[in-house]
This record gives sequence, C-alpha cells and structure tokens, in this order.
Amino acid sequence: METRSWLRDGLRAVAGGVFAVGLAITNLPLLVVSVIALALTPVPFLGLALLPWVTTLVRKRADLERRLATRAGIAIARPYHPPPERALPGGWKRFRWIATDPATWRDLAWLVPGAIVGFGLGLIAVAIPLYGLEGISLLPLWLYLSVDWYGYGVFWPIESFGEAMLAMPQGVFFLGIGLSAAPWLLEVNAMFAKLFLAPTKAAELRLRVAQLTVTRADTVDAQAAELRRIERDLHDGAQARLVSLGMTIGLAEEMIERNPAAARKLLAEAREASGTALLELRNLVRGIHPPVLAERGLDGAVRALALSLPLPVKVEMELPGRPETPVESAAYFATAEALANVVRHSGAKTAAVAIRYADGRLSTVVLDDGVGGANPTRGTGLRGIERRLAAFDGTMTLYSPQGGPTVVTMELPCVLSSPKTSPSSGMA
Amino acid sequence: MRVVLAEDLALLRDGLTRLLEAFDFEVVEAVDNGPDLLPALIKHRPDVAVVDVRLPPTFTDEGLQAAIAARTEVPGLPVLVLSQHVEPLYARELLSDRNGGVGYLLKDRISNVAQFVDAVRRVADGGTAMDPEVVSQLLARREPLAVLTAREREVLGEMAEGRSNAAIAAKLFVTEKAVSKHINNIFTKLGMPPSDDDNRRVLAVLTYLNG
Repeated sequence: METRSWLRDGLRAVAGGVFAVGLAITNLPLLVVSVIALALTPVPFLGLALLPWVTTLVRKRADLERRLATRAGIAIARPYHPPPERALPGGWKRFRWIATDPATWRDLAWLVPGAIVGFGLGLIAVAIPLYGLEGISLLPLWLYLSVDWYGYGVFWPIESFGEAMLAMPQGVFFLGIGLSAAPWLLEVNAMFAKLFLAPTKAAELRLRVAQLTVTRADTVDAQAAELRRIERDLHDGAQARLVSLGMTIGLAEEMIERNPAAARKLLAEAREASGTALLELRNLVRGIHPPVLAERGLDGAVRALALSLPLPVKVEMELPGRPETPVESAAYFATAEALANVVRHSGAKTAAVAIRYADGRLSTVVLDDGVGGANPTRGTGLRGIERRLAAFDGTMTLYSPQGGPTVVTMELPCVLSSPKTSPSSGMA
Repeated sequence: MRVVLAEDLALLRDGLTRLLEAFDFEVVEAVDNGPDLLPALIKHRPDVAVVDVRLPPTFTDEGLQAAIAARTEVPGLPVLVLSQHVEPLYARELLSDRNGGVGYLLKDRISNVAQFVDAVRRVADGGTAMDPEVVSQLLARREPLAVLTAREREVLGEMAEGRSNAAIAAKLFVTEKAVSKHINNIFTKLGMPPSDDDNRRVLAVLTYLNG
C-alpha cells in the first residue's frame, strides 16, 4: 500500500512536470500580449478594452497554476477584487478595476520567473526518471556495443560489458530518486508561485471582509426568520391556548353556583388545555435551545438525540471541555440536522457520530450506511447546516457517492471552557 | 409517609407541599437548591423524595445528580424526579442501578392530582413510575418491537410506565388473565426471562427499551 501510493504520487508528479514545462512555455506569449496591451493603453477605445481582455487570459493561466499548486499541497487563494457592478466591457470602470488591482501586476511579474522556475523544475522532474528508464532498458549496453564513446551514471565512458550491464541497477536507483523527488520539485514550484500569486495581506483581509459580509447577512436573515417562527408559534400556540384557558375558567366560575357538574367538566377541560399549552411550549423550547443541551452540553445532548432516533446511532465523544454556548448550539443543531437527513433520506440501517476537539477545531463527523448520493444543492437541510456553521467560520464537507456511504464532516473553530467533570459517567 | 421535596420555584414548592399534605404525606424538608438536597436526603432518609431536575445554582441537572448520588449512599432510596421535559437518557441513568423505587415524570402530570399521588405512592413502595412520554419515545425507536401485536405494544407501554397487571386490566377494559397472557407473549417474543414480581418486570422492560 505504502509503495503503491509512493509510486502513484511519483508518477502523478512526473506527469505534472510535463504539464509544468508545457504551461511555462505559454507564459511567454501571454507576456508578449500583455506588453502590447499595456503599450496600446493610450489608444482610444482599443486600449481600454484590450488590457482587461488580456488580463482575463493571464488570470486564467494564474488560476490554473493556483489549482495545480493546491493539488501539490500548497493552497493558494484567488486574490482578485470582485468585478464592479454594471461595468460595460471596454468601459473605464472595468479598466480601472483591472488596473488598480495589485494582483494584476503581481500576476504579470510572475509570468517570467514563474516560467523559468516551472520549466526548470518540471524538466528536472521528468528528466531524472527518464534517465533511470534509459538505464533499466539497457539502452547504454546497446550503445556501448555500437558506439564506443557512450556512458551511463558513474561510468563515463563505459569501458566493459560489465559496466554496461551495471546501467540497469543504476537506472533503478535513478528512477527511484526521480519518482521521490518529482512531488517535492512540484511543491517547490508551487511555493515559488505562491510568492507571486497568493493574496497579499491586504487582499487577504479584503477577501475576509467580503466573506464576513456574506455570512453576517446570512446569519441576520436566519436569525430574523427564526424569531418570526418563534413569534408565530407562540402566537398561534401557547398564547391562544392560554386565552381559551382563561375563558374556560371564567365560564366555570360563572356556572359553579348554578350548575356545578358542568363547571367541573369545564375545569377538567381547562386542565387539559393547560397540558397542551405546556406541551407546545416544550416543543418550542426544544427547537430554540434544547434543555438537555443546557444541562449536559454537547455530549449529553447528542447522546440524547441519538437515543431518540429510530435507528441505532453510535456516539463517540472526545471533548475535554465545553465550547461557548452559541458554538455549542450551532454544533448541536448542525448534528441534529445531519442526523435528521440520515433518517429522512438515506435509508441507513446504522449511523455514527464522532465529535472531537483538536487544534482549536471542533470536528463532527456524521456517517451512515445508506444509499448515498446526497446533494447539497438539492435540499435545504445541508445548506442550512452550512449557513449555521458559516456564522462561526465553520465549514461542512460532504462525501456521498451513489450507493453510499455518506459522510458529513463539520468543523468549527472554537475554544473550550475549563474542563467540567462530566456527569454522565459512561452510562450511554 | 415522609417526603423530602426539592423545587426552586416557591409557588410550585408550596403548591406541592400543600398537595402532598392534603393526601397525608408529611413534608419533612423542602429545599430550594441543589447543594442542600443531598445532605437533606441523607439526614432524613425519607420514604420518598420528590425532586426537580433543574435547581440552583447552575440550573442544569443537579437535582438528578443529587438523586443518583443519594441512591448510592442509601441504596433503593425512592426518588421521584420531576422535569419540564423528559429525556430517555436521564431515565436510563435513574434506572441504571436496577433497584426500583424510581419515578420520572413531567411536571405537567402534577395537574392530574390523583394520578400524581398514585405515582408518588408507587415509587415510595419501591415501584416505578415512568412518564408516558418517555415510554412512547422508547417504544417509537425500538425496531424489534415490530414483532409485537398492537395490543401487546399497548400493554408493554402501560407496563413500562409502571402499572400493575390489575391497573393495566382496568385501563384497557380486559381481564387480568388476558393481561398476563399478553405479558407472557411479550416476554417470549422479546426473549426476556419471565418474572412475577411487578417491579422486576417493569425494570426488565425499561432496561430492554433503553437498549
């Protein structure tokens, strides 16, 4: 397994090297058209249209490089300003958007050094394994037999049949070195690209602000909707019941002298209505902040939730303390929603929840053995989870191939409060 | 019968005291917070304790914790736990020592005075009183129960709440003999050892349901 993955990574990286060499060459025409576009900027109309158009091409190339770097293990975010609204192609607004974005100039600055480094490292990544293959295929032997000046590895030139035969083990050695080095070379290339193509500190902050604006708006929306729902539930439910309760008791008060039997019946009715009002309040409270969550924290609440589901759910917890209440609540409701999805859609026989805290992140994994094929764009459930978590910078990832299993991984950055001795002493 | 009461809301505490005293219970102490409860239980060793789950100072589950702790100090101490909401998880913890004398009811049930007092007496006698909502939650999730007939499930539910054969018979309008036949069927189908003792039987059922 170990060797297989090493081999796979190596071969993939060699292929990546070929790719890097090819891509490096495309940098040069891009540079040429960029220079032309810059030179033609003063030309009316044409100048304003040309630079944005060329920049789009450069950005496509840079984006490709970012994707490849991310695949090589060096994640590079997109640094560009969002496009201005109502900007006509060829208009001044669009030109200014491109020209004032420092990322535009950083991309241009990268074209030449990026090409050199990409070409060089890509070439090395391909060349060493190829040299190894040459040795393995005993090509040096045949060359030694036909021309006498050829050499391989440490023997240059080859002077005997034996030395020519030794090309094979040397080839194996070179191939091994090449396959080991190729992923590393691609990584170096990606690190170099990151110097130019990653967002600057300012750009990073700008992206962060943009993301926070979106999540804040989502949170406010969700909160307002939630409040509206609570208000409506209270208004139609408990409040209405209490009104009718008061009426029934008033009526009983009136009748108690004249018709005690009827009054007693009314009082029994009133008692029943109070029970229903309590039931509704209980359900409402459970939806706002489940009592068991307040009492036992995430651990107890998720265990209680697991007990209430119609399928066996295994719960594993590694929580040395309690997160802040809002985070805890978000984690709970996200887990509840994920489990509700399991019950509603998956047709699973068993499910499991694992909650862990490590490196400042609370990670929750919900998996089931159902049919899979879950799609976050279709239902509102998974979207809701994403929104809930996004309010706390949390993320959700979904793995759900057709035929299952489905794994929902949710992560929330948070700090835990001082460890509280858990009251649930291993009874679940 | 001597009762220790733990309830933080003054109105409910007084109401419960009045209600229990009206039915010839003697409330020896009524505490309004968690830390006072355990000493009171150990000091008085009441015939039954009526305890609210959520008490000051933390308003989490100290009532339940104190009740469980008291039952390790005084094995079999009858405890009736009251709550605004019920969780099978808490029922499981209360039942975990399999000693009987346990009740777990929604506070709403107090409004049906006769049934509530009956539940307190049952718990004091070492019996069990489980809230129908706990039982229905437990019944809803157990797949093996599909092998039971509708009537058997009904009987199982009543039994899990803590009712005796006679009480079940009266409630379902059948003879006691029919009830015990149903119960035998249930035990056979679920593969549980039969038992004549009402309370052992209830515990067996609840343990089974709690998985």
